[in-house]
Amino acid sequence: MDCLVCHEQSGKYKKFPTACGHPAYEEKKFGGKVFEPVDLNAVAKTVGKPGLQNCGVCHFFGGGGDGVKHGDLDSSLLSADRDLDVHMSKEGANHTCTACHTTINHQMAGRYYTEKAPLEHRMAMPEDYGNRISCESCHGPTPHETMAILDDHTAKVSCQACHIPRYARGGISTLMWWDWSTAGKFTDDGNPIVEKNEGGRPTYHTMKGDMTWAENVVPTYAWYNGGMEYVTMKDTLPKDGSVEINQPLGNYDDPESRIFPFKYYEGRQIYDAGADRLVVSKLFGPKGSGAYWSDYDWQRSVEVGMAESGEEFSGQIGFIDTAMYWPITHMVAPKEDSLQCAACHARDGRLASLPGFYLPGRDRVSWIDTLGWSLFVLSIIGVMIHGLLRVVFRMARSKKQ
Amino acid sequence: MKRTIYMYKGFERIWHWLQAALIILLLLTGFEIHGSYELFGYQGAYVVHIQAAWILLGLLVLALFWHVTTGEWRQYKPTLKNLDKMVRCYMVGIFLDEPRPYTKTPETKLNPLQKLSYLGVLLFILPILIISGLGCYFYNDLQAWGLSVGFGPLAILHTIGAFLMLTFLVIHVYMTTTGHSPLSYTIAMITGREEVPEDNRVC
Ligand code: HEC
Ligand code: HEC
Ligand code: HEC
Ligand code: HEC
Ligand code: HEC
Ligand code: HEC
Repeated sequence: MDCLVCHEQSGKYKKFPTACGHPAYEEKKFGGKVFEPVDLNAVAKTVGKPGLQNCGVCHFFGGGGDGVKHGDLDSSLLSADRDLDVHMSKEGANHTCTACHTTINHQMAGRYYTEKAPLEHRMAMPEDYGNRISCESCHGPTPHETMAILDDHTAKVSCQACHIPRYARGGISTLMWWDWSTAGKFTDDGNPIVEKNEGGRPTYHTMKGDMTWAENVVPTYAWYNGGMEYVTMKDTLPKDGSVEINQPLGNYDDPESRIFPFKYYEGRQIYDAGADRLVVSKLFGPKGSGAYWSDYDWQRSVEVGMAESGEEFSGQIGFIDTAMYWPITHMVAPKEDSLQCAACHARDGRLASLPGFYLPGRDRVSWIDTLGWSLFVLSIIGVMIHGLLRVVFRMARSKKQ
Repeated sequence: MKRTIYMYKGFERIWHWLQAALIILLLLTGFEIHGSYELFGYQGAYVVHIQAAWILLGLLVLALFWHVTTGEWRQYKPTLKNLDKMVRCYMVGIFLDEPRPYTKTPETKLNPLQKLSYLGVLLFILPILIISGLGCYFYNDLQAWGLSVGFGPLAILHTIGAFLMLTFLVIHVYMTTTGHSPLSYTIAMITGREEVPEDNRVC
């Protein structure tokens, strides 16, 4: 186990060539960058409790770049103002990751798929909750003082759903769409193509295909009991050309489920169109090995990838639309920025397509509404006619006299 | 010829107007919560709705107490006698200026048709609204007590009650113009003094 990555405080401990494996023990070059040899002695003298940057080294850069994967974990948290994150901002609670992700013998509290978050405990004794943290661990199950209706929601709506109105709010965009099917284009003179947006993010890359990035994204909401169901290579994919690689488990009737915010990450990727299965493709490798990033031949890359991992392959490739759900749980906004009621309680609000329950303001029985408003309008017309007749008859009478 | 008589006591008038204001407020905010339009903002509508509902409930309890202790509840004792005459009065007599069938006095303020419709509000529309409304409000507790009634049915029942109340309101407001003069009933409910025809006879 590498202790320094979490415990050093000098900020000079860089691994080579990505943030995994070992640091550079002697000067090395990679991709035009020079990796200075790390002075392990000096670094080791800075050990301290892990700060934001220690964990961020890996977790801010999931997916190969800052904020690419999660959308709620990126380097903007290092200098967050309170609007971005009430907990990790210096003006806010000034928490580090480990304030919430408490460790018991280096067992990091986090999301363990089969365990449920305890709702009843308060923060005083972290050991109480085993190793699953939740917002309730610190705030308790009824944190709202101004409106009882907010506490009434917590049985069905997660804290995150209301308190993280948008993600990727810190000025760093996150990857929303990755289309592998367009990879492998070259300029006329055979050079790879890289196009970038104003933020410096690749929108097209010969190695990767088309990509779409977004900031300030409205989450997608789903019922979630803490469990996920994954489509694996063993599963047969649906025939309609699209698949959700993972799906949050839960529904309205399950008392453990809450409405939870997610980053809904979509893409298009290679698959076995004969057997309707996901595949392993070979990306890294020398020219002629079948590696896609050397030979740019999907057919070969899948053949080799599948052979190397001992999987069967029908020989027929295709592209399938995929989607994934990433839970959003960081970047908690100040209370003034909590989601407005009407964001959910409206005909076409954020929960418009969430099934299985009656939501005031969104749902109605349309024939009852039609009947009710008809009754209202008819009664108005009725009394107007009645009143008019009274006037007409009176006028007729007074004329006669 | 006409004269005025003291028809409504102070409590009745305050009760009536407070109740009217609360019911109109509840309808306005209720249909916003239902999603029919935007007026107060959802949170505002919800907060006002709940507060108005509690005040109305309190007022209803007070009114019930008043009616029982003063014996005024007898005014609502239903009767089918002369009901046909009342219907004819509103449908025909009122246009043709036929002799009016009902004698209105402070002791018999409500004609048979009024008794019936107010009883309908009291025993049908209000209970629907109050029971379903309390059900919606204490929904989480209902679940905790093991009562497995869905939120949807409660909310839908509440909506039905609201539509009925809205229709009642329209007709009721119109009916106030059927007195000796179009405003005499309204003025009576404000000042307590009602302008009545010499013979006290009304629809
Ligand atoms: C994944 C990140 C991570 C790695 C890797 C890691 N630690 Fe830790 N360590 C933590 C966290 C988090 C704490 C709890 C800090 C706190 O209480 O604020 C901790 C606490 C400690 C403590 C107790 C410090 C105290 O003040 O209570 C010691 C000692 C320690 N680690 C040693 C090590 C050693 C030795 C290694 C390498 C074998 C290592 N750690 C690797 C994250 C890590
Ligand atoms: C050396 C890279 C690295 C460092 C440094 C690191 N982690 Fe991790 N962490 C990982 C990997 C890899 C996983 C497992 C893969 C995953 O679930 O995303 C993981 C998993 C987790 C999980 C569980 C995620 C889940 O899905 O259940 C939490 C929580 C977590 N880390 C928190 C921390 C905290 C807090 C720190 C700083 C004290 C830290 N990590 C430091 C690499 C790292
Ligand atoms: C380690 C304990 C801890 C955990 C776990 C925790 N919080 Fe907090 N939270 C705090 C503290 C301390 C503050 C006060 C920070 C401040 O007001 O600047 C705070 C502040 C807040 C506020 C801002 C209140 C305001 O006045 O604007 C919100 C909202 C909030 N937390 C929601 C959450 C949510 C949602 C979660 C779960 C994702 C969560 N908290 C998890 C400790 C915690
Ligand atoms: C305010 C409390 C809080 C702070 C501070 C916090 N987290 Fe979390 N984190 C949570 C909660 C709550 C979850 C969800 C756990 C669950 O689902 O049970 C979570 C989940 C995670 C996960 C796994 C879920 C995912 O997003 O896919 C990772 C990884 C993680 N946190 C890393 C970090 C890192 C790195 C930091 C510091 C930069 C950090 N957290 C700071 C509360 C916090
Ligand atoms: C239905 C949406 C909703 C849900 C669900 C929700 N909150 Fe809130 N929360 C709000 C709103 C709105 C406010 C601001 C209230 C105000 O301005 O007085 C708030 C305020 C807060 C505050 C500040 C409290 C105060 O009175 O100063 C904290 C802390 C908090 N929420 C934590 C949580 C936690 C923890 C959960 C999960 C158990 C949660 N919230 C669930 C909407 C929600
Ligand atoms: C994140 C979306 C969301 C937000 C924001 C939200 N609600 Fe809700 N609300 C829900 C859901 C979901 C339910 C259904 C809960 C159930 O059936 O148990 C609900 C139920 C209700 C109910 C009926 C159930 C009950 O317990 O009375 C009322 C009333 C209500 N919300 C009012 C509000 C008000 C007022 C606000 C703003 C202060 C608000 N909601 C904000 C999602 C939301």
